[in-house]
Amino acid sequence: MQSFAASSFGLATPEIIVAVGALVLLMVGAFSGRRATNIVGTGAFVVLLLALIAVAFLPPSKNAILGGAFIADGFAKYMKVLVLIGSAAALALSSDYMEREGFIRFEFPVLILLSTVGMMMMVSANDLISLYLGLELQSLAAYVVAAIHRDDARSTEAGLKYFVLGALSSGMLLYGASLIYGFTGTVSFPAIAEVVRGEAAIGLILGIVFVAAGVCFKISAVPFHMWTPDVYEGAPTPVTAFFASAPKVAAMAMAVRVFVGAFPEIIHSWQQIIVFVAILSMALGSFAAIGQRNIKRLMAYSSIGNVGYALIGLAAGTPEGIQGVIVYMAIYLAMTLGAFAVIIGMRRGDRYLETIDELAGAATTHPWRAFALAMMLFSLAGIPPLAGFFSKFYVFAAAVQAGLYTLAVIGVVTSVIGAYYYIRVVKVMYFDEPRPAFERMAPGAEAVLIACSVVVTLFWIVPAPLVNSAAAAARSLF
Amino acid sequence: MFGLGILAGLLIVPLVGAAIILSLRGDDADVRSNARWIALFATVATFLLSLVAWGRFDPSTSAFQLTETHAWLAETIRFKLTVDGFAMPFILLTTFLMPFCILASWEAIEHRVKAYYVCFLVLETTMIGVFAAGDLVLFYLMFEAGLMPMFLIIGIWGGKRRIYASFKFFLYTLLGSVLMLLAIIAMYWHAGTTDIQALLQHRFPASMQTWLWLAFFASFAVKMPMWPVHTWLPDAHVEAPTAGSVILAGILLKMGGYGFIRFSLPMFPDASLYFQPLVYALSIVAIIYASLVALMQEDMKKLVAYSSVAHMGFVTMGLFSLNPQGVQGAMFQMISHGLVSGALFLCVGVVYDRIHTREIAAYGGLVNRMPLYAVVFLIFTMANVGLPGTSGFVGEFLTMMGAFRSNPWVGFFSAFGVILSAGYALWLYARVVYGPLEKPALRGILDLNRREMITFAPLVLLTIYYGVQPGPILDTFAPPTEALIRGVETAMSAVKTAALSGN
Repeated sequence: MQSFAASSFGLATPEIIVAVGALVLLMVGAFSGRRATNIVGTGAFVVLLLALIAVAFLPPSKNAILGGAFIADGFAKYMKVLVLIGSAAALALSSDYMEREGFIRFEFPVLILLSTVGMMMMVSANDLISLYLGLELQSLAAYVVAAIHRDDARSTEAGLKYFVLGALSSGMLLYGASLIYGFTGTVSFPAIAEVVRGEAAIGLILGIVFVAAGVCFKISAVPFHMWTPDVYEGAPTPVTAFFASAPKVAAMAMAVRVFVGAFPEIIHSWQQIIVFVAILSMALGSFAAIGQRNIKRLMAYSSIGNVGYALIGLAAGTPEGIQGVIVYMAIYLAMTLGAFAVIIGMRRGDRYLETIDELAGAATTHPWRAFALAMMLFSLAGIPPLAGFFSKFYVFAAAVQAGLYTLAVIGVVTSVIGAYYYIRVVKVMYFDEPRPAFERMAPGAEAVLIACSVVVTLFWIVPAPLVNSAAAAARSLF
Repeated sequence: MFGLGILAGLLIVPLVGAAIILSLRGDDADVRSNARWIALFATVATFLLSLVAWGRFDPSTSAFQLTETHAWLAETIRFKLTVDGFAMPFILLTTFLMPFCILASWEAIEHRVKAYYVCFLVLETTMIGVFAAGDLVLFYLMFEAGLMPMFLIIGIWGGKRRIYASFKFFLYTLLGSVLMLLAIIAMYWHAGTTDIQALLQHRFPASMQTWLWLAFFASFAVKMPMWPVHTWLPDAHVEAPTAGSVILAGILLKMGGYGFIRFSLPMFPDASLYFQPLVYALSIVAIIYASLVALMQEDMKKLVAYSSVAHMGFVTMGLFSLNPQGVQGAMFQMISHGLVSGALFLCVGVVYDRIHTREIAAYGGLVNRMPLYAVVFLIFTMANVGLPGTSGFVGEFLTMMGAFRSNPWVGFFSAFGVILSAGYALWLYARVVYGPLEKPALRGILDLNRREMITFAPLVLLTIYYGVQPGPILDTFAPPTEALIRGVETAMSAVKTAALSGN
């Protein structure tokens, strides 16, 4: 008899745990009403941890299951760990915020769980159909979450914008997928890779372009980034933290799956698209952020820029490049969550603050918090020895190896321009006259901040485990 | 201990000091005083440890010594620490200057004292790391990591335009360095390792060398700083607190010169020869132009800053003369300049602490009230001019000799720098120290106190000692210099043979 772990459903255990957990918690919430909100929140966190354990213990397998739709290889395993950590951290960040702002609902953790299932599906997708299913599950939950504060005009506006633009991009992706299917006769990535060799048909190229447009929207790469600043600013801060972390990782994994999984033989056809998008994202991310006063908008542009850097690794299209993408997303996750933990802690009385000027003099009023945020920002700017330097190092290394010198040079130059707005925030915290102190941080946010600070500041001492496992995960794709 | 060698110890001791200072609670007078003492103790301990390292170091060979490697990013990118005759003196210079920086800040820094000393101790670790790095990626990591504490030092404890200066310093140096990062990556893919010793044996193709050389040059020229990318330096110097200026002039500028001699010259010899005229031209412009600018300064620190640019011109000129006199002279000049310019900034700091202005016009006749100060200031002024008998002379003389051997015209023009340096330095001294004591603010000015005397005494002694006994330092530089010249000459003859066979 086949054991469960090795059976076809066994490989999907983590997804099953999260999906079943979400449904059970939904029932609990629906039947016990408001009282159960905290239980549902804690339960969702536990479900994510259980799924994380399941992912960690399931051996990666090269065999696709469910009729070739789902694959749990090394790459999927790595990215799922990141996604689950990101979702769990976003939940931890939200614990206190929702209650204070008066819109705590049991739906929120459930929606996060459903979105997480979608992301795990995206990460593990091995054909265009399962990819689309995962993407839509993730997105639909995310649209609702963006508008979860339904009495707040900004939040509902963010939700609506996200939904309209997201639906458009999903449509484009679907149209591209149908073109690809039409020109290759298959939806499975390995099968497409078998069929597509040499010169690609023009219709297929068109399909790739449409899919790329859909993917770029999800990772908020220029020129499909317009929703990002508005949604980041409008959505409640924990939700923004969530959008900036786990879904970015999943969407980047999806991009890798599509381009490297399905079209490895025609890299010359899609490489230029990715290079173009990467350059635009890095440039816009660094220039447009300079004028921002709102720290959530600043983080939005920062994430656009960061996606540009991660795309450098994808553009290389080599195992080293994918390793770069994985390392980049892992470290990006820590930096973003850490920064948002501080942003959520910017509270005076009952008011949550969002302008950068409110951080003035935080170094004297909150030395540790300011230090942690400064480390996150220096790290985002790519200053060694912080973790952000290594993430950039690996993608640039891949670009140089692949001969993409222009891309690499543009990348390092925009990183210097980007450094300007990151250190401007450091300047506000360290050089300016202090403003009144903030309130104590919520325990959840504090825990996330400590964990992220440790990762970001001490990564350089033992970088090998993360880097080597990323290399192994990247090789599983080739 | 714990599998770590003495060089790792040099990196760890300041960090331990910083951690202890961070763990102090509160911000009252006791805490501040404790922070000072811990910082002083940590820097002195680091200095003593570096003396032990110096004792174990064998200066008679060009080999890398005291090597230790630890697992790091990959098998080919390891956490490797090692020193040779070029690196060891700079480590000693760093550890030697740090206690003086702590002493110079003793009373001058009154707010956010803990953070101040933490920044300095972290900075010390990164500086030692730059010189002790045996791996290119590690070198880059340390090279850049120093930007963060220095950015904070200038920005928090600096003068009026500190924010402008700190941003300029940070972004300028960062822009210079990122191109070097790409070059390092390119070298890694070509040679398959970032181990410096292995790379020194590796021959890069000439066409590649040109690009690599330019990328490294972008970084080191900014750090050095060479004309025309020197403009960050006067701003940073003027705004930085005294100790920050000492470190900037004493150590951070030397990283550029160290980078040239560690990477550019031995690893890209063809490109170095090819670009020799460019470096000569920039050096001559730096020497003459910066000296002329220094003449016209009204701010004491700015004057010393421009004189640093001029003196660094001698260093680049000497390094690229590619003969033993020039190279050794340049290295000696860097050590000497580290002592002398550091001491000059301390001299400015002494009067700044009392009167709180750096304008030359605000002073005059200090000799009447501060005879000891006048003596100390005179010695360092003379060393800055390059008077025989002070350490400044040896470096300038040797670099000019090296340049003259390589290209007499370069030697000829660089000599103007010596004349001009006498002009601005002596004029500064005359305006500040001599003349009648007329300004009312100066009536009550006090001479050096005991702490300041302790600070200056070793610097005075070393400046004069190395002026009459340059042997110990030059002997340390000699073996690696020989190895370097041999390597470059091999490359040169290879090029010549290729050219001949091409004909």
